[in-house]
Amino acid sequence: MSDIFVIVEHRLGEIRDITFEMLWKAGELAENLSHSVSAVLLGHEVSSIAEDLSDRADQIIIYDDERLKNFSADLYKEIIAGLIEETKPPLILIGSTSWGMELAPCLSIKTGLPLATDCIDILSENGRFIAQRQMYNGKIFANVSFAETSGCLFTIRSGVFPKDKIGDRQAQKIQKGFPLIDIKPGKTFVEFVETAAGDVDITQAELLVSVGRGIGEEENIALIKELAEALNGVVSCSRPIVDKNWLPKYLQVGTSGKSVTPKVYIAIGISGAFQHMAGTNGAGTIIAVNKDPKAPIFRTAHYGIVDDLFKIVPVLKDKVLEAKKG
Amino acid sequence: MDIVVCVKRVPLTEEVDLVIDAQKKGVKKDQLAFVLNDWDNYAIEEAILLKEKHGGTVTAITVGNEDDEEVLRRCLAMGADRAIRVEAGDMSRFDSFGIVKILSQVVKDLPYDLVFTGVLADDDSYGMVGMMMAEELNLNHSSMVTAIELEDGKVRTTSELEGGLGEVSVVDLPALITIQTGINEPRYVSILGIRKAAKKELKVMDLAELGVSDGELAPRAIIEEVYLPPETEGAQILTGDPDKIAGDLVEILTKKGVME
Repeated sequence: MSDIFVIVEHRLGEIRDITFEMLWKAGELAENLSHSVSAVLLGHEVSSIAEDLSDRADQIIIYDDERLKNFSADLYKEIIAGLIEETKPPLILIGSTSWGMELAPCLSIKTGLPLATDCIDILSENGRFIAQRQMYNGKIFANVSFAETSGCLFTIRSGVFPKDKIGDRQAQKIQKGFPLIDIKPGKTFVEFVETAAGDVDITQAELLVSVGRGIGEEENIALIKELAEALNGVVSCSRPIVDKNWLPKYLQVGTSGKSVTPKVYIAIGISGAFQHMAGTNGAGTIIAVNKDPKAPIFRTAHYGIVDDLFKIVPVLKDKVLEAKKG
Repeated sequence: MDIVVCVKRVPLTEEVDLVIDAQKKGVKKDQLAFVLNDWDNYAIEEAILLKEKHGGTVTAITVGNEDDEEVLRRCLAMGADRAIRVEAGDMSRFDSFGIVKILSQVVKDLPYDLVFTGVLADDDSYGMVGMMMAEELNLNHSSMVTAIELEDGKVRTTSELEGGLGEVSVVDLPALITIQTGINEPRYVSILGIRKAAKKELKVMDLAELGVSDGELAPRAIIEEVYLPPETEGAQILTGDPDKIAGDLVEILTKKGVME
């Protein structure tokens, strides 16, 4: 019986959702392949985290050391590479998160194991693992496999698997000693900073009118503001608008911004990259206006308008004002 | 401060119908327009900003064919001092790992304090070349960086985490940093600017010169098949003229209780 490894991601004492999602997928694969699931937990004073994972894995391999108090790709890489060398797991899952995207490629070169990033599913075929992933902003899907290898590394996109428990497991906890005598990480943690603080809290809005790259020019954002005002809603946006400094970061919806829960989310000129849509999972109804009929947003929106936003938005604003007057 | 920036030319795919090629290994590219990868545009701008402030040089590198020189000329017009293109023939025979080997082989012989790549490329979205190079070249690193400040022999970076959180770190130089979009406002490049930059050095190297053989570059990742996204139920599409559509929308908004 071999192990599927899941690298536990946690921050400020809390287990990140991606960890539960990876454990779910590992559990599903393990059941079909008669493998076991090992959660690999690095950190300092992590016993309560281990406890919270104990019914989701068969083993929890714990490295508890003060030097692991903050995430360090350098230390994680060295320790996990050593563990891989020792145990030769066929499959290692890492979150496709900021931290995972730093760790996994380094680990791949260090161990010589191949890597598929940002996977949305893992298929198992004749003892080989195949990654399902997206290219070209989700317009194309690809199945990727590897040349003959003893194991492989997959990073997993957040939100693609359930956070639920799967199967009946009771983990054996294995405490490992800090294995390194002489390693000095080249990067030192200083602090966490809040980058999205502001006066408007889009997470509390009932109606969001959200604007994306399709708006074209900064001055056109006035159109969106007018519509939001007519609707008594709040303006939000996707990443490209913040990148261009047209609206502040605290109005950004998505993975690196805020997750929102309005009754209605109107997405205007937003193509619907998964990083953006991840922030809209809690929206009641999503209405999308985009002139590209193949824009990924039409796959998740409830209502779609395939048209030029500059034709729709002004007319909609007038209709709303008219209806409110009546 | 010498900075090397690795860049890639990618197709523009927004508002484009992508067509899968006959072998089902990629998309047909002959009808597509190409640009400098968005992340790389921010990376080259950040390098030039640092050079303007602290002095030094900026070198832009790409692996590709002659058409890919277009993005290097753009980098030169923005303010890079020189550019290197590695002529590697048929690019479809490489995966990220091969590209990492080639780029690392070029970079290791250049003077540098910092190496920049974009966080990911808009086409295949693997997002692994930067950090793989860091490991290959045994460099300190920081990823998804949205702010950089130089300090004595060090660099202070802010990495973008999830949910609006940033992580500030100090990294000893030399280092490799992957640059996130939004870190700066990339400058505008005029046709005239590109023409003027034609005088700057654009060196072409081949794999033999770099001393890497095809054997070392053999791909580990195999694209089994690419395909269009599976059908989903999708959105209910509202049709008609703008007046009709706006009327339907007001009805939907009323029903959802947001028109009070």
